[in-house]
Amino acid sequence: MRRTKTWLPGFLLVLPSIILVGVFVYWLIFKNVFTSLQLSTNFVTDKVVNPGGYKNYTKLLGSDDYQHALLNLLVLTVVFMVGTMLMGLLWAVLLEKGVGAEGFFRSVYLFPMAVSMIAAGVVWRWLLSPAQGEGQAIGLNQLFIKLHLDGLQSSWWSGSSKFSMWAMAIPAIWQLSGYVMALFLAGFRGISDDQREAARIDGASEWKIYRHVLFPQLSPIALSALIILGHMSMKMFDLIYVIAGPNSYKAAVPTTMMWTQLFAQSDPQAAAVNASILLVIVAVVVVPYLVSQSRSDGSR
Amino acid sequence: MSSEVLTREAIPESTIQHGAPGSRGTTASRTLRYAVLIAFVVLVLIPLYVLVVTSLKKSSDISADTAWSLPHQLSVEGWSHAWDSLAPPLFRSLILAVSVAVISSLLGSLNGFVFARWSFPFSQTVFTLFLFGMFIPYQAVMIPLQGMFLQLQHGAPFVDGIVKLIIAHCIYGIPICTLIFRNYYATAVPVEILEAAKVDGAGMLRVLRSIVLPISAPAFVVAMIWQFTSAWNDFLFALFLTTRNNGPVTYALNELAGGQNPDYSSIMAGVLIASLPTLLVYVLLGRYFIGGLMSGSVK
Repeated sequence: MRRTKTWLPGFLLVLPSIILVGVFVYWLIFKNVFTSLQLSTNFVTDKVVNPGGYKNYTKLLGSDDYQHALLNLLVLTVVFMVGTMLMGLLWAVLLEKGVGAEGFFRSVYLFPMAVSMIAAGVVWRWLLSPAQGEGQAIGLNQLFIKLHLDGLQSSWWSGSSKFSMWAMAIPAIWQLSGYVMALFLAGFRGISDDQREAARIDGASEWKIYRHVLFPQLSPIALSALIILGHMSMKMFDLIYVIAGPNSYKAAVPTTMMWTQLFAQSDPQAAAVNASILLVIVAVVVVPYLVSQSRSDGSR
Repeated sequence: MSSEVLTREAIPESTIQHGAPGSRGTTASRTLRYAVLIAFVVLVLIPLYVLVVTSLKKSSDISADTAWSLPHQLSVEGWSHAWDSLAPPLFRSLILAVSVAVISSLLGSLNGFVFARWSFPFSQTVFTLFLFGMFIPYQAVMIPLQGMFLQLQHGAPFVDGIVKLIIAHCIYGIPICTLIFRNYYATAVPVEILEAAKVDGAGMLRVLRSIVLPISAPAFVVAMIWQFTSAWNDFLFALFLTTRNNGPVTYALNELAGGQNPDYSSIMAGVLIASLPTLLVYVLLGRYFIGGLMSGSVK
């Protein structure tokens, strides 16, 4: 009884938030799943659009458009994650020993994080303009012409380009590399200098010190960064919406497709199915991570 | 990684230090290092160059061949045109971002304190359930959320436009703000002082008011900047919940940029205008900005 009295005020203080999160996160997820399982018919012709139940899911999963969007998402995610991690790690390694004007470099590399994806997308749409050739090309293609590197011109994300999602990953890499750098930099700074000194005295080369002493200690940070980037990539919407437009087939990913389903095709059931699958994909990555975090917290 | 690292990161002071003493290596390798660093600075700043240069051109001056050149003559035409179409939504975004920053951080501070220092049965589980809310794709709640707001509007017509966005951002910001404050309090509030206060008969609210809140400023700055930036930069909620007449600046910017005959000088000026507040926050309070990034991500 006394114990209850001690924890109860805390619980009451958090209760409003528990209710809000419960309703707006968990209840709405449930409602969305409910919508995704509904039967629906065409408003005019009365033809069945979504047969209802799990068949709504098999219908979407089996559709070519959706598989195309999933494949796009996979390419985007891999290119974005690899690019961002490598760039961020490279910057962190360049800066970690302390160079003059470090603060300046760090601020510049990190500044794209402060800009909205919409703003970034507008600029990058111009930079990645697909038009090529003298008098036509703007953006990077024009820059390549000016630099006499005409061969580097690309149709980027549009038209016949085989690398459309690679192009789409560039602005995302631009935005988030600085963030990964900041994470790794904090990691490097957390390792005491004694360890390096000891390795140096033992005659280890700089590379060996990184490889065997420093990098292994950064792996928890790398894991965090991968999870963050991975779930951001799966949710990425703004950039693609602005650069390619919401109805682009070429650059479609599940999030943009959901927009099309809901508004262009007025098919909320399909949109709900799409969103639920996206949630499952994200959850598969994030839930084990959160649970392991919570365990390690609890055991302290 | 357990939360030791986190909590350290959540306190902005410790995130940035001029690290290891004296750089090593030969002059050649140092020169190379600087060359590479500067090359990356140029690469990262390319979009900024395009923005500034194009925004200052006369729209009649803009052609493909001179796209990368400096303007022939400076013109603020683009800026004034962009300002005309962005000023009202800019104002709405300001109301949105400031309210969200204040409300979210207050909620976060209460929650964070309880989860860090006044736990209740299953509070760890509840906290983990909160955190999941931070990672969900908001698409998974968007359709019913729209429906819910529609119903709400029937009873309360003022719940429209920016008000909807304030509600949404405050609620979906609960997890991250709770996390920021919990991590901060877990190191900043010594258990001993807390116990002593309890022995002296201080209740929770008393402890909160006299011990916890007075030392909360750093976490407030971090959480407020984080929420300000994410509310300002959000597009997804804006697109689903608002219209061109009552939406925030990201919505308006997308409209401005989406026309058939793009007027690049005003589009690029518009991007700069719409980004200026968050860039300003970043430049002035960069340390805290990074603090938020760290605590927000390295769970």
